[in-house]
Amino acid sequence: MKILIAGDGKVGSTLTKQLSREGYDLTLIDPDEQALENTMEQFDVITVRGNGATMETLRAAGVEDAEILIAVTGKDEVNLLCCMTAHAMNPRLHTIARIRNPEYAEQAYMMRSSFALSLIVNPEKQAAHEIERLLRYPGTLKCDMFAKGRVEIVELRIAGNSVLCNVPLSRLESITGVRVLVCAVLRGGRMIAPDGNFVLMEDDSIFITATTDTLAGLLRSIGMPGRRVRSVLIAGGGRLSYYLAQRLCKSGISVEIIENDEERCCELTGLLPDATIVKGDASKPAFLENEGLEEADALVTLTGLDELNILISLYGHKKNVPQVITKVGRFDYATVLDDLPVGSVISPKELCGSSIVRYVRAMHNQQGAAVTIHKIANDQAEAIEFIADETTRHLNTPLKDISLKKNILIASITNGMKTVIPGGSSSFGPGDSVVVVCNGDTVLYSLNDIFVD
Amino acid sequence: MNFKLMGRIIAYILAIEAVFMVPAEFVALYFHEYPAAKALTLTMVILLTAVGALFLATRGTSRKFHAKDGLVCVGVGWILLSAFGALPFVISGEIPNYIDALFETVSGFTTTGASILTDVEAMSHGLLYWRSFTHWVGGMGVLVFMLAIVPLSGRNSGFTLHLLRAESPGPNVGKIVPRMRETAEILYIIYIVLTVLDVVLLLAGGMPVFDAVCTAFGTAGTGGFGIRGDSIASYSPYLQGVCTVFMILFGVNFTCYYLLLRREWREVLRDEELRCYVVIILASIALITWNVHGSFDSLLSAGHHAAFTVASIITTTGFATKDFSQWPTFSKAILLFLMFVGACAGSTGGGIKVSRVLLLFKGLRRNIHQVLHPQRMQSIRVNRQNMSEQVMANTNAYLSAYVVILILSFLVISLESDFSFESNFSAVMCTFNNIGPGLDQVGPASNFHAYGVLSKLVLIGDMLLGRLEIFPILVLFSKSTWRRLK
Repeated sequence: MKILIAGDGKVGSTLTKQLSREGYDLTLIDPDEQALENTMEQFDVITVRGNGATMETLRAAGVEDAEILIAVTGKDEVNLLCCMTAHAMNPRLHTIARIRNPEYAEQAYMMRSSFALSLIVNPEKQAAHEIERLLRYPGTLKCDMFAKGRVEIVELRIAGNSVLCNVPLSRLESITGVRVLVCAVLRGGRMIAPDGNFVLMEDDSIFITATTDTLAGLLRSIGMPGRRVRSVLIAGGGRLSYYLAQRLCKSGISVEIIENDEERCCELTGLLPDATIVKGDASKPAFLENEGLEEADALVTLTGLDELNILISLYGHKKNVPQVITKVGRFDYATVLDDLPVGSVISPKELCGSSIVRYVRAMHNQQGAAVTIHKIANDQAEAIEFIADETTRHLNTPLKDISLKKNILIASITNGMKTVIPGGSSSFGPGDSVVVVCNGDTVLYSLNDIFVD
Repeated sequence: MNFKLMGRIIAYILAIEAVFMVPAEFVALYFHEYPAAKALTLTMVILLTAVGALFLATRGTSRKFHAKDGLVCVGVGWILLSAFGALPFVISGEIPNYIDALFETVSGFTTTGASILTDVEAMSHGLLYWRSFTHWVGGMGVLVFMLAIVPLSGRNSGFTLHLLRAESPGPNVGKIVPRMRETAEILYIIYIVLTVLDVVLLLAGGMPVFDAVCTAFGTAGTGGFGIRGDSIASYSPYLQGVCTVFMILFGVNFTCYYLLLRREWREVLRDEELRCYVVIILASIALITWNVHGSFDSLLSAGHHAAFTVASIITTTGFATKDFSQWPTFSKAILLFLMFVGACAGSTGGGIKVSRVLLLFKGLRRNIHQVLHPQRMQSIRVNRQNMSEQVMANTNAYLSAYVVILILSFLVISLESDFSFESNFSAVMCTFNNIGPGLDQVGPASNFHAYGVLSKLVLIGDMLLGRLEIFPILVLFSKSTWRRLK
């Protein structure tokens, strides 16, 4: 399947990495020759230099026989124009545009048919959604939802004094009192697929699958109070802060945003009447403390500078803020961040990338395509939700009688309202939603890909 | 540098070479040439042993691969390819001297076609086949072949681009479809189809099967090894005509054929390099015909031989129907000009390449404009696209290196071999540009046998430098290549 990607920026290259590995034929379009050259040296793709919104460039990139166009340049207007132009040249083309400006976001969605858009992605909005969910479960580093919110995979870090420290996984259930499944462990930057004899150690990051109802109990039983977040301090007043504050204010959480730019502050006060907007330099510790850093339930660092976000988060951790969330624009140094107490790390670009990949995979395989995809364990594993249907093999067969491919784990099965964390005797029938965890090198297009035969 | 991955790639190259010797083996057995068959078998065993050892030594490779690794890998790969490819000639005793055998093999793989054999017709069919087949492999490139068949895709497989760039000729090498493997497949499929077409047309003209296959290999790779002492001269005018047409076809950028397959006629017709190539060919034929027609019976015959020779020289094939050393100086001057120009980028031919000449010419024009209007900014456009300054800089660097190597080689071989100026200079020109026969002493009627060992080694180096466009070989001698930090 041929895919055009207009814009070889951060999202563009994230997508290139993921999609070229999955075997799609990619053509990248960007005016910057050096960026294209770098990408071409890393991945097996072809590049076209030029403006992706012009017919000439699109034709050179072969839009006529492409199936998907992904417009992820830095400018919303260019992305829109690019999709419209390409769609006019090839009406069968599916188009995906990144729209970031809140002023356009709404109308672009309403006018998506006249803009010829198949999918609109808004990284900041997605990230805000993600951060909001994390704030709902204090203590978790990352939290991915499946089966319409009935199943979650949460990432927890094992502290030295945790009841889980030095415990083999087989005893996990007797300690927590609820049925949970550890589907991956990140130790020293490497992912391990654990078995029952695996002993948890300090500083391991573990990825636990649990149903949403049992999650709160689980967190309580391992000594993570399910205290509700009541006040959130946000450093930086960009688009992401706006989306996040909007959501938080709606659910009655008090929000304080620190922003250095006066004009932006004025803008925000108009947009977010319920939030407290403070003009000031978030990089100054004294200022942060003055603004009540130590009393805040959560600190979210969303400035435009990754280094600054990391630094403020570290400071927040030092000052014992219960929950810290850090935004990074570049995920390249993820392995370094693992070793730092910066709390949850959110990358809007990665989130945006995964939602596009999900769309592409769904197109690739209309039937039985993945419903949800989340990357876990530093991208080394994927948790994917499928809906079983009549074409799925081994329906209603106990799992112990099915041989799965290596590195594949069934994390949960949801049948209507009932979700189970599967054991050997569990099975799935048509219509069930199945969450599968697989290590990063395997690409699953449909549920049938998990079986050996 | 990632020596493990380089070792793995070289192992693939040598394995491919071993497989390529199998048809030659069958030819030798068919003609009951047992010494040749034995030599080929032994070489294959040696190759496969080396491949096995390399595979064992390069387990668990990472995929970090830089432009430098690609260049070194291609340079070393080609040297080893030639070193092993020469073994059958030595082992069978048909070319007892290893340096001579190496010269012949390098001449084959680099599609030069310069020979040290005094009596080609005394060679066994098996080895003649192998000798011609090296042209075919070397023409499109053994690494490109490897990219087409070995699955190197997966994580971070962009490094294959470095291999393609290092091996394929031209100032601006790129893929034609997103997948490297598919690109390589397309190139080889076009190559194979054209070669088969050539064989069929030659057979239709009554050429014996063995001759047709070997001649087609020589034409396709724009190599020029003949299997007769007088090259192509003793075949019928029809067969010579077929050769003329196919030499010109193989000198065209293969991307054009891909565009033709996609029915993008206008793109092909408007391709500046192709236009330039055709104009140069037509003009040269006309001028040479006018210059030499006195010594032929008819204008048609003069045109026929002029066309053949022009096609043979500009595509750097080096077949001959007439000893053009005997032609008037004006004709020889045109041929010398064609030697410099060479074929199109992305073809199987050698030389500076039409597209580079085009770039140099446009660059020169810009420089003249800038002398007159120092403030004037101007970009170089080819095929309605701006060329980056990087490409211009690379082209200029290529030309500088080209001239330096040409002069140094000429100096060294003149030191050892005291032949005429014309012989020595054309010997360097013809090996460096991968043409084959030169003028005078090394003209179509004679060969490189008379040169000394040092000269032969220099010429071997020139052939490799010419085929790989200088840098993959040159970097092997640069200290910074072998330093740990770049």
